Order: sequence, then C-alpha cells, then structure tokens
Amino acid sequence: MTRGTQDRSDGGVLKDQTAVVGIGQTAYGKGLPDSELSLACQAISAAIDDAGLRPSDIDGLSMFSMENGREVDVARNVGLGDITFFSEVGYGGGAGCGVVGQAAMAVATGQCTTAVAWRARKRAAKTSRPWAQVDERLGGHQQWSRPFGVIRPVDEIALLTRRAMHQYGYTRDHLANVALAFRGHANRNPVATMHAKTLTREQYMNARWISEPLCLFDNCLETDGALAVVITSADRARDLPQPPAYIHSFAQSIPRQHQVMTNYFNDDPLVGPAWVCARKLWNRSDFQPADVPVAQLYDAFSPLVPLSLEGYGFCARGEGGAFTDDGTLEWPNGRLPTNTSGGGMSEAYVHGFNLILEGVRQIRGTSTNQVTDPACSLVTSGEGVPTSAILFRR
Amino acid sequence: MSEVPGVSDAGALLLPDLDDETSAEFWAGTARGELLVQACGACGAWRMPPRPMCPACQSLSVRWVETNGNASIWSFIVPHPPLLPAYAELAPYNAIVVALDQDPTIRFVGNLLAAPNGAINEVDPATIQIGEPVRVVFQTVEDVALPRWVRR
Repeated sequence: MTRGTQDRSDGGVLKDQTAVVGIGQTAYGKGLPDSELSLACQAISAAIDDAGLRPSDIDGLSMFSMENGREVDVARNVGLGDITFFSEVGYGGGAGCGVVGQAAMAVATGQCTTAVAWRARKRAAKTSRPWAQVDERLGGHQQWSRPFGVIRPVDEIALLTRRAMHQYGYTRDHLANVALAFRGHANRNPVATMHAKTLTREQYMNARWISEPLCLFDNCLETDGALAVVITSADRARDLPQPPAYIHSFAQSIPRQHQVMTNYFNDDPLVGPAWVCARKLWNRSDFQPADVPVAQLYDAFSPLVPLSLEGYGFCARGEGGAFTDDGTLEWPNGRLPTNTSGGGMSEAYVHGFNLILEGVRQIRGTSTNQVTDPACSLVTSGEGVPTSAILFRR
Repeated sequence: MSEVPGVSDAGALLLPDLDDETSAEFWAGTARGELLVQACGACGAWRMPPRPMCPACQSLSVRWVETNGNASIWSFIVPHPPLLPAYAELAPYNAIVVALDQDPTIRFVGNLLAAPNGAINEVDPATIQIGEPVRVVFQTVEDVALPRWVRR
C-alpha cells in the first residue's frame, strides 16, 4: 500500500491527500452560560492552537446546517483569514463526517488550504429539540407519523428496533451489551459526562421505559458543548506538530427512497443509509472491515449500533445483535472496541462530533481507551438519516 | 371540535395541514371514510407518502386509489413520558406501523384501538403482535379524520 496512490475511479482521488491535524473542544455540560456561537469559537480556536497554526491560516469553513452561529460570525470572532471555501451539510447527526469530508475535498482540490469543521450544540436551544416545537399544523413527512404519537426521535427509532427484534432476533440483552460497553469506556475517560457513574445489566433491565422497546439507557445524553477539527493537505500536515490522522476514505449517502428517521416507507426499511455509505467507503479504501481494529459508531440510540455493524460489514445482515455478545465492543479485549470515549450514550451527545475527535485520538495514540497501534480508525455519522463516514489512517 | 377519548385538549394534538397541496386529497379521503393511496397516473405505481412526481417514470400525473383498508401490523411501540402534554396524558399508549394487504410496501403509521371509537391507550401492549391483521377506522379530531386500526 503506497500512501497517496491515486485511484481516480470511485472517489479514490481523495485517499490520504488530507489529514486532521488539530482537534479542540469545550468542556461538556448542561446549561452552559455561553452561546452556541461562543462555544463554536472556543472549540475552533482550541483546534487551531492544537494544530500549531494561526487563525489567519484558516481559509475554509465546513459546518452543520443546524449551526446557530454562522460562518461570517465565526470568522470575525476567531480572526480567521480570507475564507475561500464554505459549505454546509444537513440532517443533523448524519452530517459529522460529512462536514469533515467536504472540507477535505475542498483542500484536496485547492479551493482552500486549511479548513475547520465543527459542531456546537446546546440542549436547550430551539434547534436542538425540533420535536418539541409545536407548529400550528404539520406538513411534509411529519404529518404521517406525529399525529399518531410518534413524536420524538426515540419513538421513530423504536419502531425500527421492534421490527429488528422480530425480523432479526435482536434482544434487550444485545442493546444492553452496547450501553454497558460504552459506559465502561466512559468510566475510564475523565471528561466523559458519565465518567463517575457505573452501569450494571440489572440497572439497565430495570430502567424506566422511554419508548418500548427502548429504555432510558438506550438513549444518548443531552449535552452542551462544541468540538472542532482542522483539516489540511498531507504535505502541510508533515510540517505540523501533531501526528496526522490521514483521511483515507470518505463517503456520504442518501439511499434511494430514503425518508429521514421515519424510514418505514420503502421496500426494506432495516437496510439504512449505512449500507450505501459503507459500499463506497470500502471501495475507496485499502482496508476492509476485517482490518479495522477500532470504531466510533453513531449512537444516538443503542439499536443504531447493531444496525451499523451490519451496514458497515462487520457481520452479516441480521447478525448485528449477536455480534455484540461476548464483549465484542469492549476495550481492551473485544474484537472491535467501539465508542472508546463513551460515545453519544456515555461521553457526550454533540451530534456525533465527539466520535470524530475520538477517532483521531485513536490514530494519535491518545485515547483513554487506546487500542494498540491501530493502522486505521473508523468513524460513522447518524444512521437513519442521510449519513457519512470516514476511515482515518496513520 | 370533536371529543377525543382520553384527551382533555384535542387542540394540543399534532395534526396535519389540510392545505398541504401534496396530501390534501389523502385527508379529503379520510374525511369521507376512505383510505386512499396515491398512484401514478401514467405507470400506475403506488407510492406512500404522497409526492408530486412518480419516482418510477417521472410523471406528474396522479390518481388516488381507494384501498380495501386491510393491513397487518409491521411494528409497534409504547411511548412513555417525557412527551408533549397532550400525548403525555395518554401515555403509555401504542403506536403501530401497518403494511397494506394489497401492497405490503405501502405502510401507514397509526394506533391500534380496542374499538372504532376507542382511545389509543386501551389495548394491552403485551397482546400486540407483529403480523396481526387489522382494518382501518377513522377518528375525527378537530377537522381531521385520522386513520387508525382495529383488529379483524
């Protein structure tokens, strides 16, 4: 495998041409006093410092459409240089790897030289809990589910979960495997929200329901905070202080006939956006699922993890639940230590952006649940919505 | 304003916009007691939810087909609080997805009722089974007739 080999078919032109060279974040909390714009600026500034760069070196911006702080405000606050590329990706949790990958594409094609991508979120902010905004009347896809009491994201995913239990044999024990593995990782990550709180299988089984078959511990946290990454070319990365996390492969997908969250209206609803995203990701990669030693899989809800394990090819269709047995997801001895910072369920829920920083830390060797010398590190964004994924390499 | 079983303020329930140009015909159908599916006026393919263009042949021609209202349960959940107040009052209630007998890829979200005029929290959730045959009933809430389901 030669770094920088350019297979121009199917997106391979991007392979290893760019890298994440800086990461930064705010503290996690609830009810943080700072605005989302301020949090974004703090995380971006920290990421630029971590990269050993100056704000004026930044000429590209890539952000979630859901951001409250806008590009012009970020640029004027952080003191960025002349911006020659800016872009947004929609669909909330599906956008994380998307904004990083779009920045990488802009760097690789020369539209900018060094870009930042970020997510800032406050749980109390209006845009953070769209389900609680009661419009006069519903239009669009919501009119087919919300009048019947399928209101929150957890309700929408619970319907797919019950179907997976019926069709595949997923069990609550499988979902508990996910919750307990991630909690164990958080217990060894000092910045994780759930650092000091252990979780037992008995506590999981006795937890209150949120939307049967999903209980409290099947849900992600609600977190205030911001995280950012700096992306530049592989050439520039070699002169910077941090070990580069090369963006080896990147993919996005909206599969045919997909509907956001309430994906009940096509031929095969349990085959979600991960499947198309995975096909492209692995086509563009020198690594295949069996080569991947560590993963950060989007976990707004526990069942998204077995569904993603299937979609990204770590097991056969329908076997994602059983794959979680025997500690498969647990650091250090599991076959695939997953969400090694605690993930959205036990570290922080910032639309999956914390998963991206943890994927980079695994490449750097700085995770608190560090896999030994991983050759690559997978990060995925939201399943059940238009999605994206990145495979980092050393 | 009609009375909704188990709900003190029906106005606080989430309801569709009957002026939505894409789906108005569907809701006009439910008001007549008909469960309609949008079909392509050119190639005949059924589609749900309704949309302006046929994804199979790109025709803008639309016709609405009355179904026989028979379906089977494809999945179900039982939501608990925290919920919007009008739904918290009913919780725990059931919500189901059904697949139409005439085309199982055409699905609707709804609720399983013990009787056509029942509330959405009356069926014991432990008795609900995927695959159970159901038929559509219509419940009027404000100016909307919502399709819901009873066992058959």
